[in-house]
Amino acid sequence: MRRASFFNVVSVALGLAFLYLPIAILVIYSFNASRLVTVWGGWSLHWYAELLNDRAMLDAAWTSLRIALVSASAATLLGTLAALALVRHGRFRGRVLFSGMIYAPLVMPEVITGLALLLLFVSLDLDRGFWTVAIAHTTLTMCFVTVIVQSRLIGFDRSLEEAAMDLGCPPFKTFLTVTLPLIAPAVAAGWMLAFTLSIDDLVIASFTTGPGATTLPIRIYSEVRLGVKPQINAICTVMIALVGIGIVAASLLGKRNAARRERGAALGAQV
Amino acid sequence: MSATGQHEIGGRRSFGARLVVLVPYLWLVGFFLVPFAIVLKISLSQTALAQPPYVPLLDLAAGWDGAKAFLRELSLDTYRLLFSDAIYLFSYFKSLQVAALSTLILLVVGIPLAYGIARAPRRLQWLLVLLVILPFWTSLLIRIYAWINILQHDGLLNEALLALGIISAPVVWLSTDTAVYIGLVYCYLPFMVLPVYATLEKMDIALLEAAADLGCPRWKAFWLVTWPLARPGIVAGALLCFIPIVGEFVIPDLLGGSQSSMIGQTLWTEFFSNKDWPVASAIAVVLLCLLVVPMTIYEHLQQRALERDR
Repeated sequence: MRRASFFNVVSVALGLAFLYLPIAILVIYSFNASRLVTVWGGWSLHWYAELLNDRAMLDAAWTSLRIALVSASAATLLGTLAALALVRHGRFRGRVLFSGMIYAPLVMPEVITGLALLLLFVSLDLDRGFWTVAIAHTTLTMCFVTVIVQSRLIGFDRSLEEAAMDLGCPPFKTFLTVTLPLIAPAVAAGWMLAFTLSIDDLVIASFTTGPGATTLPIRIYSEVRLGVKPQINAICTVMIALVGIGIVAASLLGKRNAARRERGAALGAQV
Repeated sequence: MSATGQHEIGGRRSFGARLVVLVPYLWLVGFFLVPFAIVLKISLSQTALAQPPYVPLLDLAAGWDGAKAFLRELSLDTYRLLFSDAIYLFSYFKSLQVAALSTLILLVVGIPLAYGIARAPRRLQWLLVLLVILPFWTSLLIRIYAWINILQHDGLLNEALLALGIISAPVVWLSTDTAVYIGLVYCYLPFMVLPVYATLEKMDIALLEAAADLGCPRWKAFWLVTWPLARPGIVAGALLCFIPIVGEFVIPDLLGGSQSSMIGQTLWTEFFSNKDWPVASAIAVVLLCLLVVPMTIYEHLQQRALERDR
């Protein structure tokens, strides 16, 4: 019964074609020599060279990168704490509100979150720029980290922690030496997701940014509104390549760790 | 707000254990809950040519009298405007309609895809899931831009259709509702496929075998066995798409026409072009009221799924 039917194969093939065809076309046309986006003028790296001279685009990319590094790290810390609170602390006062605040940002329309945060920053009279965008992204992405780490914590063997504590290991040290290594893959996945969401965000950054902190999506958005340009194809291809390398590296690393764990378990069984 | 700041966490927990709850809690209260209170406050204010562009301002230095004067100045005028102007009502209606129809299309496209993946050989499944997730990791803006390449006047879609002789003159695709639906389905497909796949994958295949052994045709087995078991995933996927699509800005802005806008675009225009902060805030408050029911259902489903895993 595990045999896939003709219908199953066709729907998967069509679905994947739908997902990948537009991206493939975009990548191919970034190597187009012609200025006209739809006319094929032979292979060329012209638009990549052009990209290297586009200071505004490079500055925006650098800003986005720094914001993503700061906010993903802060979000991973806060999100992991929130996951521990939800899974390990059982009932505490305000728990319903807490879990509501964790799940709401996941589906909240971005225009609402962006507007609300901007109005907060205005009320606090904060100078808008790098830090306000970083705070906004941290708030949004920590909830995604929480959901990922939470599911890992739930399927987790608590007897290991209890054993460490029974042998006199203080709680904080137990967390560092037992809990953290076990949830590390989920924490790493959470960081990567937070980083990607931050690099990708246009709406919330548009609301909360200020002069001098133009992020890459804001920059690309203003270019795209003016029409299709081969140069944008080039920067998009670079971003796709970087994401692809990141994902492949992460899954290879995950595989290697899993293999090592299995070897360790096998050794343990022999002893 | 002060009550949540000084809550007690259970009985005798160490200071460090309390911090685990307190730090993220206070962060979310400060940067998620308080901002919404401010949105509500400003939606009750009036536009003014000032910096910030609304009145009244809460003057804390004036003490009680200041607060009382502030409260007297608040009014529901912005909401009256919102409900009397056809532009806003139409915008809400249009958003709900677009979100409902695109969620329906996503169900039709996403369920067979998820079902197909769940049916694939085990060693292929993780690769297929990865292939569905991968586009989600590339920027949303890039994915929409890819479609602009294809849908524009002299884009590849028109070229292909002309070459095949299906159309005799280029068709306008960009800046239409069709383009918005294509963009929405394209960008939200992973959010539909993954929850449905997650429930289908856990399904016991023996149930279908039993149905087949008892002479049940395949389509009927799907309807009587697979569908009810997959329903939690299907509902979660539908909500995960429907709720954000109602407030979507980027996709209709870049792919849609200017003749009718969704509520996310209306809010954006009111805020950035018209500098009307009270109206933008009121739009956000009403939108939130519309979405609070589906959001609560979604959270409830997530909690139940977690309890099951426990």
